[in-house]
Amino acid sequence: MTNHFFGDTAVLLGRSLRHISRSLDTIITTTFMPIAFLLLFVYVFGGAIRSGAHSYVDYLLPGVLLITIASGISYTAFRLFLDMKSGIFERFQSMPIARSSVLWAHVLTSLVANLISVGVVVVVAVLIGFRSGAGVLAWLAVAGILILFTLALTWIAVIPGLTAKSADGVSAFSYPLIFLPFISSAFVPTDTMPGPVRAFAEYQPTTSIVNAIRDLFTQKPVGTDIWIALAWCVGILIVAYIFAMVVYRRRISS
Amino acid sequence: MTMTSGEPGGTSVGVRTAIEVSGVRKYFGGQAVLGGVDLSVPEGSVFALLGPNGAGKTTLVRILATLSAADTGVVRVAGHDVAREPMAVRAVIGVTGQFSAVDAYLTAEENLRLMADLCHLPTRQGRARSAELLRTFDLGGAGRKPVFAFSGGMQRRLDLAMTLMASPRVIFLDEPTTGLDPRGRRTMWDIILRLVRDEAVTIFLTTQYLEEADQIADQIAVLDHGAIVARGTPAELKQRIPGGHALLTFSSRTALHAAAGQFSGMATTNDEDLSLQIPGDGSARSLQDMLSRIDVDGVRHVTLHRPDLDDVFLALTSQSGKAQS
Repeated sequence: MTNHFFGDTAVLLGRSLRHISRSLDTIITTTFMPIAFLLLFVYVFGGAIRSGAHSYVDYLLPGVLLITIASGISYTAFRLFLDMKSGIFERFQSMPIARSSVLWAHVLTSLVANLISVGVVVVVAVLIGFRSGAGVLAWLAVAGILILFTLALTWIAVIPGLTAKSADGVSAFSYPLIFLPFISSAFVPTDTMPGPVRAFAEYQPTTSIVNAIRDLFTQKPVGTDIWIALAWCVGILIVAYIFAMVVYRRRISS
Repeated sequence: MTMTSGEPGGTSVGVRTAIEVSGVRKYFGGQAVLGGVDLSVPEGSVFALLGPNGAGKTTLVRILATLSAADTGVVRVAGHDVAREPMAVRAVIGVTGQFSAVDAYLTAEENLRLMADLCHLPTRQGRARSAELLRTFDLGGAGRKPVFAFSGGMQRRLDLAMTLMASPRVIFLDEPTTGLDPRGRRTMWDIILRLVRDEAVTIFLTTQYLEEADQIADQIAVLDHGAIVARGTPAELKQRIPGGHALLTFSSRTALHAAAGQFSGMATTNDEDLSLQIPGDGSARSLQDMLSRIDVDGVRHVTLHRPDLDDVFLALTSQSGKAQS
């Protein structure tokens, strides 16, 4: 049953990567909003925000990277939705392949597409003055957190991808995820916020993830934030994965 | 990946059974979509499943093609139980659904290569087979164009070509000619019939076009409200329904009613167009007998109507429709 899993997943991943290389507009659309936020906050609002960091773009980038991923996974859901709707998903299911490779190919494609988008946003940030003295290990840690975050959101995206009835409905789930970093430490320090908002901001997942990445970039000791960040990512990943698999099983056996 | 099994249940000597369905039921939300379906399709034949929308045709095809599980009953395809050995079934079937399941962002050639890779064909063999299928389906010129630029007919041809990649022994076609123009439909029939003739492939198709079933199917079953309400060859089904009649048009209402009186309730009178419909088998004798009973001077013209599958279909499906309501 699983003897073809890796081969089939590789074939299907190749197919999806071809889609991405032929529709680079999806990368442009994904990165457009985070880059706009980057420019807007650095050159328009940034002057009025006292973040405590010596360069506001350094302060801002971690949150913008999370927004990039949150916006990118709407395409993950959309690509899966298109496969469901066009009938090609069902065609794959009727072939002698490892069936779950269809889903895993989408997940890996999401990872690749989001890493490309994150790379584009980092390059733009460097162009407008982002600097980090972080070493290889710290960069790898940042990459690891972002990969886990992408996987967690990707498995969330799989659910609407499998169940959505329309192309409009399929990406709606990503809007709150894109919005979440705004009520966190991504743009301003949380201690400037009024009580209840501050409480929400400090205990929601993106604050710890943003803080952990920021500390890694600025070579500060990461403290407990990184463990909270990892716990959130892994926790969301596991819960989303279980739900997605339940939905998936229901879809392939109905 | 070759079919070696020759032990399907219910075989008669010489002809093996490609598809064997017994007692299949399927419920959605407590409602029976299939209420105990039995059928058997011999290898190398064309089987057409007819039925109105919502009769359960697609549900049955999905069960046969391992895409859905029956709630009760046994299905064997090419000798393999679809519930117990789905991979063995998938290795010998090809499925073309109601909508062209092609990858619009890839070229026709890439679509076919994708199928070859997923069928685990060696690279060289996959390339050769892709090129062969592009030629067979008259897609050679468009092989390197992205599929979204294709017409509906071309997409449908590619769809079927992809289904044939691994030379399946049993092919399921769910309304394969929906959306095709008459010419495209004919091309599709030709391809299907050639497969049956040259390679003894078994075809299981669903259709709403009765003419299609009439022309290409060896056996037809009519599915209505999840149950098979009739089965047989096209000729047998037509015999079952006395749909033949003569239609007489009269010059006046008086002549019409005078004639209608001769048939005491057997005939159907239409006052609007002054016509009288009299059942008959279409033979010269019955016509002579019919005309001898009436004053032929009052008759404007006579048309003969032979039973076709439309009559069969309407008669069978409306009967059970009445029974349901």
